Amino acid sequence: MKIENFINENRPHESAIKHVSGQAHYTDDIPEPPGTLYGAIGWSKKSHAIIKKINLDEVIKSEGVIAVVTEDDIVGRNDVGPVFDGDPIFPKKAEYYGQPLYAVAATTTELARKAVLKAKISYKTLKPITTIQEALKKKSFVLKEKIIKKGEALKAIENSPYRLKGNFTTGSQEHFALEGQAAFVIPQEDNDFKVFSKTQHPSETQQIIAKMLNQKSNTITVETRRIGGSFGGTETQSFIFAAICTLLAKKTKRAVKLRIDRDDDIIITGKRHDFYSEYEVGFDELGVIKGLKLKLASRCGISPDLSGAINDRALLHIDNAYYLENVLLENYLCKTNTASNTAFRGFGGNQGMMAIENIIDHIATSLKKDSAEIRRRNFYQKKKKNITHYNMKIEDNIIQEIFDQLIKSSNYKSRMQNIKKFNSENKYIKKGIAMTPVKFGISFTTWHLNQAGALVHIYFNDGSVHVNTGAIEMGQGTYTKIAQLAANALGLPFNKIKVSATRTDKVPNTSASAASSTTDLNGAATLNAISKIKKNLSEYVKRKYKIKNSEGIYENGMVKFKGKIFKFNKLIKEAYLNRVSLSSSGFYATPKIHFDKKNFKGRPFLYFCYSAAVSEVIIDILTGENKILRADILHDAGRAINPAIEMGQIEGGFVQGAGWLGCEEVNWKTNGQITTHSPSTYKIPAVSDMPEKFNAEIFKKGKNIENVINKSKTTGEPPLMNAMSVFFAIKNAIASIRDYNINPKLDAPATPERILMSIKNLKKKYEK
Amino acid sequence: MAVINIEINGKKISKEVPDNILLSDFLRERLTLTGTHVGCDTSQCGACVVHLNGNSVKSCTTLVADCDGAKITTIEGLASNGKMHPVQEAFKKHHGLQCGFCTPGMVMSAVDLLEKKKNPSEQEIRDWLEGNICRCTGYQGIVAAVKDAASKM
Ligand code: FES
Ligand code: FES
Repeated sequence: MKIENFINENRPHESAIKHVSGQAHYTDDIPEPPGTLYGAIGWSKKSHAIIKKINLDEVIKSEGVIAVVTEDDIVGRNDVGPVFDGDPIFPKKAEYYGQPLYAVAATTTELARKAVLKAKISYKTLKPITTIQEALKKKSFVLKEKIIKKGEALKAIENSPYRLKGNFTTGSQEHFALEGQAAFVIPQEDNDFKVFSKTQHPSETQQIIAKMLNQKSNTITVETRRIGGSFGGTETQSFIFAAICTLLAKKTKRAVKLRIDRDDDIIITGKRHDFYSEYEVGFDELGVIKGLKLKLASRCGISPDLSGAINDRALLHIDNAYYLENVLLENYLCKTNTASNTAFRGFGGNQGMMAIENIIDHIATSLKKDSAEIRRRNFYQKKKKNITHYNMKIEDNIIQEIFDQLIKSSNYKSRMQNIKKFNSENKYIKKGIAMTPVKFGISFTTWHLNQAGALVHIYFNDGSVHVNTGAIEMGQGTYTKIAQLAANALGLPFNKIKVSATRTDKVPNTSASAASSTTDLNGAATLNAISKIKKNLSEYVKRKYKIKNSEGIYENGMVKFKGKIFKFNKLIKEAYLNRVSLSSSGFYATPKIHFDKKNFKGRPFLYFCYSAAVSEVIIDILTGENKILRADILHDAGRAINPAIEMGQIEGGFVQGAGWLGCEEVNWKTNGQITTHSPSTYKIPAVSDMPEKFNAEIFKKGKNIENVINKSKTTGEPPLMNAMSVFFAIKNAIASIRDYNINPKLDAPATPERILMSIKNLKKKYEK
Repeated sequence: MAVINIEINGKKISKEVPDNILLSDFLRERLTLTGTHVGCDTSQCGACVVHLNGNSVKSCTTLVADCDGAKITTIEGLASNGKMHPVQEAFKKHHGLQCGFCTPGMVMSAVDLLEKKKNPSEQEIRDWLEGNICRCTGYQGIVAAVKDAASKM
C-alpha cells in the first residue's frame, strides 16, 4: 500500500542566506571574463514612421565603442515573436516609440549609453493609432476577432425583468520587476554561444537566437539561475535583449553584457493589456444573471506576442465564480502603435474577472442590495449550475465555503453597518467595504505547453542529489518547493538536495515558467525522475537479496525494504558498485486537459484555485486620496507544501493587484509616447500602501482533488485578484456620497484623479 | 580623475577614479561587490542602499569622489566574523524576501533605522522604509522582520 506522505513545512527560501548577505548572483552579477564589453540600445523616437536613414557615424566614433549592430547584421530571422511574427529585432518601419533600431558594444556601460544617443535618424512620420477606441474604429487588430456563444443571450436579456448597460475599463500595468532586463553572452568555440538571460523562458530564448543566427539550436545554451522578479515581464519580452546581446557578442567575438536602464526598460517593453468592455446584462429581482452580452477589447500594441492566449484567458474568466447560462462574447485584439503588451500575472484572467465583477456591482447598486449577497446568489453550484460557458464541468468548487467562512471571520456584515454609520456622520471622509471571490483556472490554455522535464543525479560517494528542471526561480520559491519534494521523496534532509541553474542543455524543450504551473509541472517531472532511480534501486535489491514486491520506503536517511533496511548512502554506494544507474531524466504531462480553441469548448484547466477577500478603504472626497484600512483574505492553496512561501505569494499578489487597480497608471501622449517611464511618474505600492490591518489565511480544509504534487494548489497568480475587493470598496465609499442610490462610474485604476472625477459625475447625475 | 582613500567593509583602499563614477558602479564593477543592486538608477527604489559613515545612502546617486576619507559598509560587510546581523537573520526567518533583489538595500536601510532608533513602532518602520520598493512581498514579512530584529538588538 502506498503511504501518503504530505509535506507541510515552513522552510525559508533556499537562497535566503545568500539574499540577505548579497551573495546571490543575478545576470548582471555574473563574473565577467577579461575583455567583456557592455551594450546599449538606440530606439525610435517616433511611434509610427518610415525610417529614411539611420546615420551612425557619430555613434561609431564615440569614445569606447567597439561595434555597432543594425538590421544588416542579422543573417537569419529578424523577429523575436514567440508565436507569430511581428516583433522585429530591428525594424524597417518604426511602429512604436521606444522600438529598438540599433545597438552598440563599448568598453563600459556608460560609454555605450552615451554613444547610442549620437545617432542621426531621419523619419517620415505616419499617423499612429494609440488607443483601443481608435483601433476599434479603424479595425486595426493584431489577430482576428472572436465571438463566443452559449445559450441565447440576447433573448434572455430581453426576457429579463431587469436590464443594465454600461462600459468599463481596466488599465495597463508596468511589471517593474526590481531586476530590470539583462543578458550576458559569451562566445564559445564553433560559433556556439553561452547565453545568460533574465528570462522566464530559456528554451524559447535559445530557439529565437538560433533562428536569428541561422544556426542549430544545439549551438546555443541558455542558463538562468534566478531572476529578480518578473511577473510575466520576461516570458517573451526578454528575448529581444538576449538576441541583441548575442548579435553584439558575435560581431565583437567578445563577451557582452547588456543591462537595460530602468527608463529604457519601461519604454522598450510591453506591459499588461488594458481592457475596455461594453456590457448588457439581464437579471431577475434577486440579482441572478439571466443573460450577458459583453464586448471585450484589449490594447495589444504592435504585435500578437501572447495577446491571443491572454485574451482567451480573459474570455475564460469572464465568469469568475459565477454561473452564466446565456452569454454572447465578442473579443477584439487591438493593434496600436505602442510596445507590444504581454504576459502579466493573471494573464488576462483578472481583466475578464474585473469586467464581470463590475457588472455584479452595478446590479447590486441598481437593486439597492449588498453586493456580496448578489455575488453569492450567482455562484456556481455543486450539483447543478456547474457548467462553464466553455462547457467545462466544475468538479472542485469550494467558493461557497470560502466565501461564507470569510464573511464571518471578517465581520463583514457588522463592519458594513458601522461604515454606513461612519459615512452618515462624516462629510468629507468616507469609508467603503467590499468582498470579492476568485476562481482561477490552472494550466496553460495552449495544450502542448503543459509538459515539463527534469534531470536528477545521485552521486555515489556521498549520496548528495542534484536536481535540474525547466523551472525558473523568480522569487516564487519554486526551487525551494522542488527541493522539498525531492527531499521528501528520497527521505533525505533538505540540505542534501541541490537544485541548480536552469539550462537548456540539461533539460530541453521547456515551457515558460508561467501560468502559475511551474512547480506543479516541474515538481512532478522531478518526482518522475526520482521514481525511475528508485525503480533501479528496488530492482537491484530484489535481484541481489531475493526480496519480492517491495518498492522501498525512503525515510530519515534510511531505505526500508521488506526484511532489509539500508542507510541511504550505503545503498547508493552499493548500487553504484553493482553498476546501477543513479541518474534519470523525468517527464510530466498534465492529464485530463483538452481545449478546442476554435469552438472555445473543452477542459482547458486541470483544476481551479479559489479565494475571497474583504477590503475596507477610506477616501478623502476632496482630494481623492485613499488608503486600505484592512484586508482579510482566505485563500485555497490545497495542501500547501510550504505555507510560508504561499503566504508570501498571497500577500504580495494582493498588494501588486491593489497597485494595478489603484495607484499604478501607465500613460501615453496622443502621439504614442509613453510618459510614465520612471518610478517618479509611475507609482508602485510602497510600504505605506500596505493595508493597516492585513489578515491573510490559507483555507485549512484545502486539498486538490486532482492528482497534483502533494495535493497542493499553486498560488502564483490567483492572489492578485483578491485586490478586486479594494477597487469595489473604493466604489462603495464613493456610492455612499449619494446614499448608495446611484452606481458611480469608476474605471480602473482608481487613482485619486479618477476618484474625484467619479465623485464629480455622481454629483452631476444626482442633481439632474 | 582623483585619488580617493576609503574604507570599505573594514578594508582600507586607495584608488584613482574618474570624477563622475557612481558609488554603485564603483562597488559593483571595480570591487565586484555585486550584492549592492541597481534597480532604478535614479535614487528611487532603494535596492542600492549602503552605509556611508553610518548613514544609509543610495549609492546609485552618490559620487565616489565625494566619499574620500569615508567609511562604507555594504551588504557583504554586514555580518561580523561569519555571524549574521540580527536583521539578516530576521529577514530569513520572517520570509522578508522572495526574489531577493530588493533585499540588500532593504536590510541596509533597516539596520540604519535600528541603529538610530532602538524600538521603532510599526508606523516608524513603515515611514523609514518608504524609500525602498519591493515588488514581490507586499512588505508584510519585511516589517515583521524589522520588528523582530529590533527586539533582538
Ligand atoms: S538603484 Fe539606487 S535607488 Fe534604485
Ligand atoms: S523580494 Fe523581489 S523585490 Fe523584494
